[in-house]
Amino acid sequence: MRSNLFDTEKNFREGIISGIPIALGYLAVSFAFGIQAVKAGLSVFQATLISLSNVTSAGQFAGISVIAAAGSYLEMAGVQLVINLRYMLMSAALSQKIEPGLPTYKRLGIAFGVTDEIFGVSITRPGMLAPAFSAGVILISVSGWVFGTFLGAFSGEILPARLISALGVALYGMFIAIVVPPSREDKNIAIAALLAVAVSTVFTYAPALKDISSGTRIIIVTVMVSVIAALLFPAADRPEEKVLKEKGAEND
Amino acid sequence: MTDNTYIYILVMALVTFLIRALPLTLIRQEIKSPFIKSFLYYVPYVTLSAMTVPAIFTSTGSIYSAAAGFAAAMILAFFRKSLLTVAAGACVVVYIIELIV
Repeated sequence: MRSNLFDTEKNFREGIISGIPIALGYLAVSFAFGIQAVKAGLSVFQATLISLSNVTSAGQFAGISVIAAAGSYLEMAGVQLVINLRYMLMSAALSQKIEPGLPTYKRLGIAFGVTDEIFGVSITRPGMLAPAFSAGVILISVSGWVFGTFLGAFSGEILPARLISALGVALYGMFIAIVVPPSREDKNIAIAALLAVAVSTVFTYAPALKDISSGTRIIIVTVMVSVIAALLFPAADRPEEKVLKEKGAEND
Repeated sequence: MTDNTYIYILVMALVTFLIRALPLTLIRQEIKSPFIKSFLYYVPYVTLSAMTVPAIFTSTGSIYSAAAGFAAAMILAFFRKSLLTVAAGACVVVYIIELIV
């Protein structure tokens, strides 16, 4: 395992290969983000800069809606904190999987690339996580994310309206792809997701509640529903990693 | 908004990076509190669900195409298709429906 961990070139190559499907998925979604960012009033450069410096999907989409609505910086920080809070859990899980002696700058490099998908391929690697592997995945994935954003922001204007309309659904498709499969494994996730949908819908249309800005709405709904879910259904030991395995022993 | 935009971007990037960086650099042992673990466990699914519905229904040219895209994504995701397949499949269905309607 040690020799494997230190075979930098091999790990890097494996990282690139693992990252290719992620980069392709990111292309479609970041393309949609680029279009939407320009629609929200940002420049092509600003849209691309957001993707390069943030590398989040939900957080970025929520971010441009805060910018478009001229929300406060505090609201922006709060929105990012809550929407991206899941990365804290993933980052915590990854902290258990890297060499204790790994220097801080390498840890920060791995941290920069914590997304749902990159976390997924990293945490499922057998043994300890090689920094070179992370570098490979992050390099190719983030390239796809940034390049897609640029293309979307740049070409959004010249694409037919019908095509842009169709791409508008891409991000939500990706969210659904993240939520639905684990909901099949853990019915508590399904219940929490349905509750989130219900509360979010109420907050979007109910009188008075509908005046709350979309960013703040996401914060309120997320905290409220996650607290309820955590109280009603305490999650088993190793969340994120092995929903699948636990379920076999626990339910049905 | 042009000048402010960069401050917004800075705030976004900084908060997001800190969220990712702090646990990886500071946490040397597992989080113990069952409540915090459970809370964090549900956060991603709750956030993404809340962001998707009802917003997805106004994300395209018409509510009909959006609903069709939503249905397509749900079906593809139910059968555990990849991220790319689900996102692209939803887009294709929206596109086709908008050609018809």
